[in-house]
Amino acid sequence: MSAKLFIAQRLSAFVLAFAVAIHLATILYAVRGGLTAAEVLGRTRGNGIFLAIYVVFVIAVAVHAPIGLRNVLREWTAWRGRSLDVALALFALLLLALGLRAAFAVYAV
Amino acid sequence: MIQRQNDKPLRVEVWRGTANGHFQRFDVPRRENQTVLDVVTEIQRAQDATLSYRFACRVGMCGSCAMVVNGRPRWTCRTRVAAVVGDGDALKLEPLRNFTVVKDLAVDMVAFFDKWRDAKGYFESGPQPAEDFAVVPPASPQRQAANEGIECIGCGVCYSACDVVAWDKDYLGPSALNRAWTLVNDVRDQAQAARMQAVSQGSGCLACHTHMSCTNFCPKHIAPTYAIAGLKRAMMRRALGGEA
Ligand code: SF4
Ligand code: SF4
Ligand code: FES
Repeated sequence: MSAKLFIAQRLSAFVLAFAVAIHLATILYAVRGGLTAAEVLGRTRGNGIFLAIYVVFVIAVAVHAPIGLRNVLREWTAWRGRSLDVALALFALLLLALGLRAAFAVYAV
Repeated sequence: MIQRQNDKPLRVEVWRGTANGHFQRFDVPRRENQTVLDVVTEIQRAQDATLSYRFACRVGMCGSCAMVVNGRPRWTCRTRVAAVVGDGDALKLEPLRNFTVVKDLAVDMVAFFDKWRDAKGYFESGPQPAEDFAVVPPASPQRQAANEGIECIGCGVCYSACDVVAWDKDYLGPSALNRAWTLVNDVRDQAQAARMQAVSQGSGCLACHTHMSCTNFCPKHIAPTYAIAGLKRAMMRRALGGEA
């Protein structure tokens, strides 16, 4: 792992600590009295703060997870070099695309 | 040495061979203040002269006598049998883990010390060595940090204990990284950029999982884990400052 990846992993972990806490707290708070899909969408649609938080969350995941997975693969398999880096860059893009798609789906009207 | 009459002999299982081999059983009388190294020596002198092992100082200074004793890496000259076997009488002796076995209990230390070199674990006076003695105040933070790791005897116990070494044969390992950290804190050294580069590469300090096995087993009570954490911080500072 290079110094840059290490720093990216630490910084994204820092962001995730907050994002995950907000995520879980919001879920617990929102479903206290039972909740329907329509009610959820009613709150998230057009909510800029909601969108901003989740975009940051998704970006942090897309940075953090592939770096960790790369370390695991390097330790447990013989996979090294460029093909590994390309594969994990693609994995990062996939996480980013899926995550952003989900966030926009509940934001857009 | 005084033989303890009432005790049953030790049942000692000793590794014989190289990577492929088997355990051989020896019965060794128990003696007062007996160390594990005493047991090995007694086997070699009285029972089987072909047993290979290594030692030099017998007082915990040279770092050549380390073995895996009942599953744990230890310096055998300063490990008393009584402390290891407890109430029992079984002793199991193996060569250090993560090293190539030369024969029986003797391992090849070359790869281990090559990593000291690769981590730039040696003093570099630079093209123009200082003309006068450097004044290093004993209380300065750097001197204190170097002090913490300076007493390493190169025994390989930490290297044997580290799982990351087992997974990644290129991992520089706790001992070499600890040595590098003492030099990072040597204000006279002229090769800091090159050293930080060496310890920051893929299988350098960033590969450490902070398991602390090294710190747990080091017979000199050195904490390579903290040295490695120091290297990570130094590396971050350099990377963020644009130096690395
Ligand atoms: S703290 Fe690091 S060097 Fe020490 S045993 Fe764990 S992984 Fe190995
Ligand atoms: S750090 Fe401790 S265990 Fe590791 S080689 Fe040095 S003295 Fe031995
Ligand atoms: S024989 Fe020298 S440290 Fe044990």
